[in-house]
Amino acid sequence: MKDETPFLRLRSVSKRFGGVQALKDIDWEVRPGEVHCLVGENGCGKSTLIKTVAGVHPPTTGDIEIEGRSVLPLDPAKAKALGIQVIFQDLSLFPNLTVAENIAIEDSLGPALKPISRRHMRDVARKVLKRLDFEIDLDALVADLPVAERQITAIARGLAAEARLIFMDEPTASLTRAEVDRLLAIVARLQADGIAVVFVSHRLDEVVEIAERVTVVRDGSKVGTWPVAEVDQRRIANLMTGLDIETGVVARDMSGAEPLLEVDRLSRRGEFADVSFTLRKGEVLGIVGLLGSGRTELALTLFGMNRSEGGQIRLEGRELDLRSNRDAVNAGIAYVSEDRLSLGVVLPQSIEDNIVLAVMKRLTTGFGLIPTARRKELAAEWVRRLAVKIPGLDRPVQTLSGGNQQRVVLAKWLATHPKVLILDSPTVGVDIKNKQGIYEVVAELAREGVGVILISDEVMEAFATCDRVLQMRAGRIVGEVVPGTISEHEMEERIYA
Amino acid sequence: MADLSDREGAGLLRFFRGLPGGHLGLLALLAALLLLFAVLVPGFLSQGTLNSFMYQLPLLGLLSLAMVVPLLTGGLNLAIIATMNQCALLMVWIMRTFIAPDASSAAVIGVIAIALVAGLLLCIAIGVVTGALVAYTGVHPILVTLGTKSLIDGISIYLTRGMALSGVPEPLSATLNASVLGVPLIFLLLVGAAIALGIVLKHTPFGIACAMIGSNIEATRYSAIDTRRVLVGVYTLSSVTCFLAALVILGTFNSASADYAQSYLLVTILAAVLGGVDPFGGFGTVSGLMIALAILQVISSGLNQFGLSTYLTVAIWGGTLIAVVVAQTLWAVLAPRWRRK
Amino acid sequence: MPERASSAFARWRRRPELWLLLVILIVGTIFSVTARGFLTLPNIIDLLETYSVQAIIAMGLFVVLVSGGIDISFAATASVAQYCAALLAARAGLPAPVVIVAGLTVGAALGCLNAALIHYLRITSIIATISMMSITFSLLMYFSGGRSIYDLPDWWTTRVTFYRTELESGDIVRITLPIVVMAAVALITWVLMTRASVGRQIYAMGGNPEAARRVGAKIGLLTFFAYGYLGVLAALGGMLQAHRVGESVPNAMVNTELAVLSAAVLGGASLNGGAGTVPGVLLGIVLLAILQNGLNLLGVSSYFFQIVIGITILVSTSITVISSRRGRRHRILGEEPANG
Repeated sequence: MKDETPFLRLRSVSKRFGGVQALKDIDWEVRPGEVHCLVGENGCGKSTLIKTVAGVHPPTTGDIEIEGRSVLPLDPAKAKALGIQVIFQDLSLFPNLTVAENIAIEDSLGPALKPISRRHMRDVARKVLKRLDFEIDLDALVADLPVAERQITAIARGLAAEARLIFMDEPTASLTRAEVDRLLAIVARLQADGIAVVFVSHRLDEVVEIAERVTVVRDGSKVGTWPVAEVDQRRIANLMTGLDIETGVVARDMSGAEPLLEVDRLSRRGEFADVSFTLRKGEVLGIVGLLGSGRTELALTLFGMNRSEGGQIRLEGRELDLRSNRDAVNAGIAYVSEDRLSLGVVLPQSIEDNIVLAVMKRLTTGFGLIPTARRKELAAEWVRRLAVKIPGLDRPVQTLSGGNQQRVVLAKWLATHPKVLILDSPTVGVDIKNKQGIYEVVAELAREGVGVILISDEVMEAFATCDRVLQMRAGRIVGEVVPGTISEHEMEERIYA
Repeated sequence: MADLSDREGAGLLRFFRGLPGGHLGLLALLAALLLLFAVLVPGFLSQGTLNSFMYQLPLLGLLSLAMVVPLLTGGLNLAIIATMNQCALLMVWIMRTFIAPDASSAAVIGVIAIALVAGLLLCIAIGVVTGALVAYTGVHPILVTLGTKSLIDGISIYLTRGMALSGVPEPLSATLNASVLGVPLIFLLLVGAAIALGIVLKHTPFGIACAMIGSNIEATRYSAIDTRRVLVGVYTLSSVTCFLAALVILGTFNSASADYAQSYLLVTILAAVLGGVDPFGGFGTVSGLMIALAILQVISSGLNQFGLSTYLTVAIWGGTLIAVVVAQTLWAVLAPRWRRK
Repeated sequence: MPERASSAFARWRRRPELWLLLVILIVGTIFSVTARGFLTLPNIIDLLETYSVQAIIAMGLFVVLVSGGIDISFAATASVAQYCAALLAARAGLPAPVVIVAGLTVGAALGCLNAALIHYLRITSIIATISMMSITFSLLMYFSGGRSIYDLPDWWTTRVTFYRTELESGDIVRITLPIVVMAAVALITWVLMTRASVGRQIYAMGGNPEAARRVGAKIGLLTFFAYGYLGVLAALGGMLQAHRVGESVPNAMVNTELAVLSAAVLGGASLNGGAGTVPGVLLGIVLLAILQNGLNLLGVSSYFFQIVIGITILVSTSITVISSRRGRRHRILGEEPANG
């Protein structure tokens, strides 16, 4: 086995985007028919690495070899012809096409006048879904599917084509344990057929059973590759973050504090039902659940983006009737979206305008004008207080790193002086140092008496920062846990059950 | 060309347009054109050229301002000229119908005032309806304003049978054609509107919200901005600027018609994009637009004095835009490379 | 499987074609009762011929819209191609096949120029095509001096009739060249867009351009195909228009842009790309045609027609967008709660 040529080999591959070095001198190989795990924190460069191999981004320097031969320059069509299939993290589906057309997209490619057979597309799609043991309406538009079914459609598309190497970028983010198990069974069969599979994940446990080797990426560089047997969860976590994180539990008993936000049997048809909890002053309350568990929908209703259809929200004893998020902000509720890039910041616009966006009315003088000085002053103050690293207040937010972008979002909301701050997966795509910084800001806010709701799918994060953790599944609160009373592992088991 | 089609190119392009001082290239182009025509056309740099410049610019200028506000939010208002013409028609109709031949000057001025108020109200109404359609139905502004354009033009043509209405009373036409210290009033109207709009767009919550909406309407909505109200305001402001353009029409043509200035519709978009307004929305300045308008007008005056047809002028306007965009794209791709070396 | 059936029904209900057909039936019924001579074969055939040029160009515009772009310059392209061909035929006296190929080539070239501006220079399609329209049309007017060409050769202007019959009423019904070309173009476009690889790729690109690139579709080629196809069809429409009126007038096609765009959009093509069908676009044309014709027969001023178009666009697009927005809530709750 030692002298076997690797199927894929990267030689000191680097990739720059403008001023950002996304990949640094990556040397990496994948053997034929192996199951390989590529792990790293969100935003560490692992998705960029895959896109480079898939021909989506050409590498700035370095070489990519397939079976010992250099294949650069690479484009997506050539990568696929060489047997590389990718299931992208954002799924890359076509919302206006049907499930069958998406899965059998290969049928649509090729010479312009190649005839298309709908029956053949449906056959292909049906066969793949059968292999996966899933049933989805083949004629449904992808735009109409729930998240989990979209994910399965994307996986099915990856499996439909002839492949020698399949990348799966976070394929299980919205799947239940049973669905993940079915996927793993398929992977085992693929491996038996000599097809290599690379799992990309920011978690390891789910694939550790069937993987042979694991590669850790941190800040755009490869940390190393190890046989799975030689590393355990803890060591992987340390390698991923570069820190020896002691997951100390900070949970405090806040039951004596004044109730701040009381949610009583809150419901919204099709999204969540009978959600009740109380957030106290200075408390950090975690809500954990899978993608698509209703956690974000709940947050959006608390933030006034969607009307509730039953139940009550009371803030400091006063019942709230939230018609829009302006009502929520005026009442003292702020929301940091999980989708920072498209809902959190306005990327091409300046840092100062992003920070003052939610409080512009407060800055106006007579005639409704905002003096430039006031704008700059307020933005500069928050940049200083949150230690945001910026090249200049008038530069676009997109020039900042993920962590600093997230601090800009926090600055925007803290400028509104919220009583309740809802953080929806606030550390996605944020490097470890900024992550710690954001946790510190959360702790500081809690000390000042702000109630914080932290929504997350990372149990470790929730356990390390929250006083209490609610578990959400299929639109309902199904449990409440005080961190430390059960282990992280037990909690993960409950969530993915 | 592979590098140009890389996605970074587009981002950088937008980024560069947002930079202050991005007008330097345009100013240089303006200076070069002035120099070119001064050399080629004898007597180009004369009082006469300046006068015709100041009389011809306001109409296109005000219409371009009316186009820039929606463009900044990533939209478009194809109904500006229809709005302007209908407003002018309404005002002329009121003045023609209610001013008796032997009316006293006080009565004449009274009717003129009523006509102006009615015209303004009409524009506001059109703007509010257009804005509400854009904001609340979520239909693309191109389609909404295509519909309103068709509707407004249709009503104007139906009611006038396609004829021009003349009869602007003397006091109004004299005022609109007056000059202050040698500067035509309508030019001052353009300057005033440009300054006011410039301040609104740069220094009010409304203006900042416009740019934010143009870049990312959802993120703006999530930041507790009432994006729907802002959009209604945008199209209302655009329509009200059409009211000013209608005044220029009355002054210049002494009449109103449903098909005046129709050919300016697409030119206003060219002028805006030439002036650095991002057609995707989010970026653009009134000062850039004004320089672009000056460039277009200089080209037009110069070719005109050179004795070339107006058709060639329009062709060269289009060519100028493409050339400027090409230059910007190449600059955005090449400049970072030179800097790295 | 009642659920399957109801979801299929829901899908149908969201199709704009269905609504359009319904509206056409209602409007058609009203006109056939109120307007004498509306529901007669000669009138319908006449309508078909009148709208054939618009329908042909609309097919090309539909492809561009599906790809996620827009083109405002097709009327200018049609005029330029028509005039160039007319010059070659009348002044140079070239034979028919050469003239036709030359005309179509001019159209394709102008379309590809649009595609180059959009793909390589990343100019938004609306800006690129507005600029191209200004340039090409103004140059045409400049060089032609606005003069029409009346002495087109006979092969061009002679009416070609494929089928001719005399009705009992004494009216003569002719299936002429424009109608046949329109039918052929519609069929070819339909086959390309639904049965050939290139069509599926254009739909995919309109739905999610980045994903299309990632699965290996050649975005550049698709862009060139879409705009080039529209260019060819615009040229074809332009030459047919000269065939119908027997002369080449440089500005004859001006101001048809918005009517063609309206028809395509009425038929369900979206400015966001990825949506629309050939039958839908044809129905859009049919609706505009019968509205104009019916109102005409009713003696309503033709000035009124533009108002009707405006209202039709506003109402139909609003309904389409609003109805497709409904029911987009993703179900998360496993079971529907017993009481809402």
